[in-house]
Amino acid sequence: MTSSFQTVASLRSKLANRDVSSVELTRDALARISDLNPELNAVISSSEENAMKAATQADEAREKGNDSPLLGIPMLHKDIFCTQGLPTTCASKMLANFVAPYDATVVRRLDDAGMITLGKSNMDEFAMGSSNETSYFGACKNPWDTSRVPGGSSGGSASAVAAGLAPLATGTDTGGSIRQPAALCGITGLKPTYGRVSRYGMIAFASSMDQAGPMARTAEDCALVLEAMAGADPLDSTCADQSVPRYSSHLTDTIEGMRVGVPKEFFSSDLNSDVAAAIEASLAELEGMGAKLVDVSLPSTSLGVSTYYIIAPAEASANLSRYDGVRYGYRCENPVDLQDLYLRSRSEGFGDEVKRRILVGAFTLSAASYDEYFMKAQQVRRLIAQEYDDVLSQVDVIAGPSAPNTAFALNDSSKSITDMYMEDVFTIGANLAGLPAMSIPAGLVGGLPVGMQLIGRRFGEVDILKLAHQFQQRTTWHNLTPTLEERH
Amino acid sequence: MRWEKVMGLEVHLQLATQSKIFSSSSTTFGADPNNHTNPLDMALPGTLPVLNHEAVTKAIIFGLGVGAEIGKISRFDRKNYFYPDLPKGYQISQFFEPIVKEGVFDVPMPDGSIFPVRILRAHLEEDAGKSVHDAIPDQTGIDLNRAGTPLLEVVTEPDFRTADQVVAYLKALHALVTYLGISDGNMAEGSMRCDVNLSLRLEGEEEYGIRTELKNINSFRFIERAIYVEAERQQDILESGGEVTQETRLFDPDADETRSMRSKEVANDYRYFPDPDLLPVVVDDTTIERIRAELPELPAVKRARFTDQLGLSQYDASLLTQDRATAEFFEAVSARCNNPKSAANWILGDVSANLNKSGTTLNESPLVAETLADLIIRIDDGTLSSKMAKTVFDALWDGSSDVDEIIEQKGLKQVSDTGALETIVNDLIANNPAQVEQYRAADEGKQKKLIGFFVGQAMKASKGQANPQMLNQLLKEKLS
Repeated sequence: MTSSFQTVASLRSKLANRDVSSVELTRDALARISDLNPELNAVISSSEENAMKAATQADEAREKGNDSPLLGIPMLHKDIFCTQGLPTTCASKMLANFVAPYDATVVRRLDDAGMITLGKSNMDEFAMGSSNETSYFGACKNPWDTSRVPGGSSGGSASAVAAGLAPLATGTDTGGSIRQPAALCGITGLKPTYGRVSRYGMIAFASSMDQAGPMARTAEDCALVLEAMAGADPLDSTCADQSVPRYSSHLTDTIEGMRVGVPKEFFSSDLNSDVAAAIEASLAELEGMGAKLVDVSLPSTSLGVSTYYIIAPAEASANLSRYDGVRYGYRCENPVDLQDLYLRSRSEGFGDEVKRRILVGAFTLSAASYDEYFMKAQQVRRLIAQEYDDVLSQVDVIAGPSAPNTAFALNDSSKSITDMYMEDVFTIGANLAGLPAMSIPAGLVGGLPVGMQLIGRRFGEVDILKLAHQFQQRTTWHNLTPTLEERH
Repeated sequence: MRWEKVMGLEVHLQLATQSKIFSSSSTTFGADPNNHTNPLDMALPGTLPVLNHEAVTKAIIFGLGVGAEIGKISRFDRKNYFYPDLPKGYQISQFFEPIVKEGVFDVPMPDGSIFPVRILRAHLEEDAGKSVHDAIPDQTGIDLNRAGTPLLEVVTEPDFRTADQVVAYLKALHALVTYLGISDGNMAEGSMRCDVNLSLRLEGEEEYGIRTELKNINSFRFIERAIYVEAERQQDILESGGEVTQETRLFDPDADETRSMRSKEVANDYRYFPDPDLLPVVVDDTTIERIRAELPELPAVKRARFTDQLGLSQYDASLLTQDRATAEFFEAVSARCNNPKSAANWILGDVSANLNKSGTTLNESPLVAETLADLIIRIDDGTLSSKMAKTVFDALWDGSSDVDEIIEQKGLKQVSDTGALETIVNDLIANNPAQVEQYRAADEGKQKKLIGFFVGQAMKASKGQANPQMLNQLLKEKLS
């Protein structure tokens, strides 16, 4: 195996130097998927034939002089992105047989950049979960310890990149769904500013917070891929009409004197003390690199989870109404009437967590509770966003842990639903405020990865990317790989 | 004690945009089922609405047309309910902040008076699709061609007390939107749909009674009947000591009754909330003023001009301004023949009768304003008698287009030449001495009757082409 655990950047130069072909990379990656996926369950569907065809075309294009930076590099798409001709399930029984007649903008753009889609990665059903255990296609495993979760909802993407199935995978992040699994699997994941990347063709969970981003081995790779993903899209009105910087050419800009705010609320009792120690060591590293650590406060942090779990389910309750068994998707057997068709199609087609959130959302939007819940949550959201903006007017970047713990055990019955929601306590703020944030490997605790979170100003991806990149020039956490038994 | 009806109206106008309000699909009526749909119209996962700004412009035009305040910032909300013809499971509408706010719309009543109707709001929303029950045996099909067609829902205050007022309002609204070119207002095709909220109270009461909502009444004819029937029903309930149930009812013209429909809906909670997929619609003063400057002359202004400057009656002016095509036709005719009253009489008389008979509109008819004006000119200059004019008019309706040519071809020229008429009259007097004697002996009253004989004979002699006024004058002179 030559290509596993390599970065997009290194594959790019190997391809450019003709050290390796896209066909070879793609064949290797597909082989590794068929080898390791039975254990990891990181990939829901793979598309060998299409991928090999695309790889051949990429090699041909290169011979004709095409030298796009991402040309011929294999990758996985989270199964929330619509892919024309390939199944797009959102890890739900509801869409188990759904094939979209169009590509998501993200898919289109990475295709146009010459990337090779190997298949679709596992996730929590409709992106609702922090462990990937709500997937209709079964839980995905953490390659660092297959008795543990990879995090969620982009668990399949994180697990796949960590296990070297692909150098890159797309993810989506509504409350931490890129950063938390990136942290738990020891990879680098970036959630861009809300509106930086088009949401068209990305199956909606909570539209005001959903954002797509890259999950890769390094900040440099995230920068390269974000350049191709980001930018205005006439198909998404919430996608910002703002030029996309060449992130990859700013990675070595100086960070001397950069002010890094450390919110005291991120080091509360919710945080595992070993994780805290790892993060503190990494913060010290940032200081050693020339950054200035500043104590800051985000007093409403503790309100984030409840705010999020009112707004996100409310939006989801409407977003998921279209799955009614009428036009496409799961339909129950022999409905006796319309009511029965709706009731059983949705009861049988959705998993428990999805149903729970639809119910919560329908409740908080109901006339009797709208003011008390939804309106209040919107007000608190504005308050939280204001706090972030205030802090980010004093510092360039906010840093802290990505998740309160390392990867937890699969099927952990001691973990209540609200315990699970607390996984997002540090990540949710960036979604509520619409800010760019990333998680980078920052240590190992008990043999399991720890992620450090960097949050930037709106459209300040350059700041967090260069800080992350230079951190990765001085540390090796991102180079660590789990040991996996190959089967042959 | 007398019961008073209290009514408020919700009118859905389909806006005449090329494409749907949130997708690029066509809005053309009458295509095969689901031919005007794309992934968004079918609510496929991952699709996102993108606002068609033409719909916003048309809503603003409407707002300015009824003198309403335009919402500088309006927003789209989701109205949640499940129905097979509603693909997303929610309708995108404007609940919290509509594009058009309060205004007053002056409605001309048949007696020439003005009935001011308070407009509460008008908001943009998307239309639903249609359930099709007769396409597949024992099954219901869904046609999403209409889904996403832009609608402007115009909501009034409960200002209506009579069915006449309701009908007058709808006619005026229809006139307004066709003038403004924002909707074709075609009730049969559903471009204009009306819901009536109706309650009864005893005359003199301040409080409103419990109302019912009459849904989707699709012709002016049915509206009056539906209101009558529903008011009777409520009156029966109230007079027998019962209570009206707040519900949605449907008028069945065949059974001549209203029927309860989706009564659960009243208890429905639509769970409105701001649609996170769409940005607020921001309209600045410059835009509003630009749109205002491009507004056509509105019916009310035209009406006033027709009465004040052209001397038409209120009644005629109201009828002529009911739709823009008729008003513009009238103006073209009137300007060319310089006889507004005659132009009005022709249009409201023969033209309108012929249109009714053939079931066509003015635009579809072969009649051109210029030729109708020419016809009137030939009447006014004495070339044509009114009887002859009818013959020419019929020829015009059959497709001829040159009035003088028709007159020539049919030999219809009226004899107004004094010399020619004198010869006829002299011959007549010479050849009918007995009748002349009788006439001269008669008193004035009798003479009026007796002169008819001479007129008839003279007409006969001139093959009907004698100018009647001149003939009369001449006969009176010669016989006295």
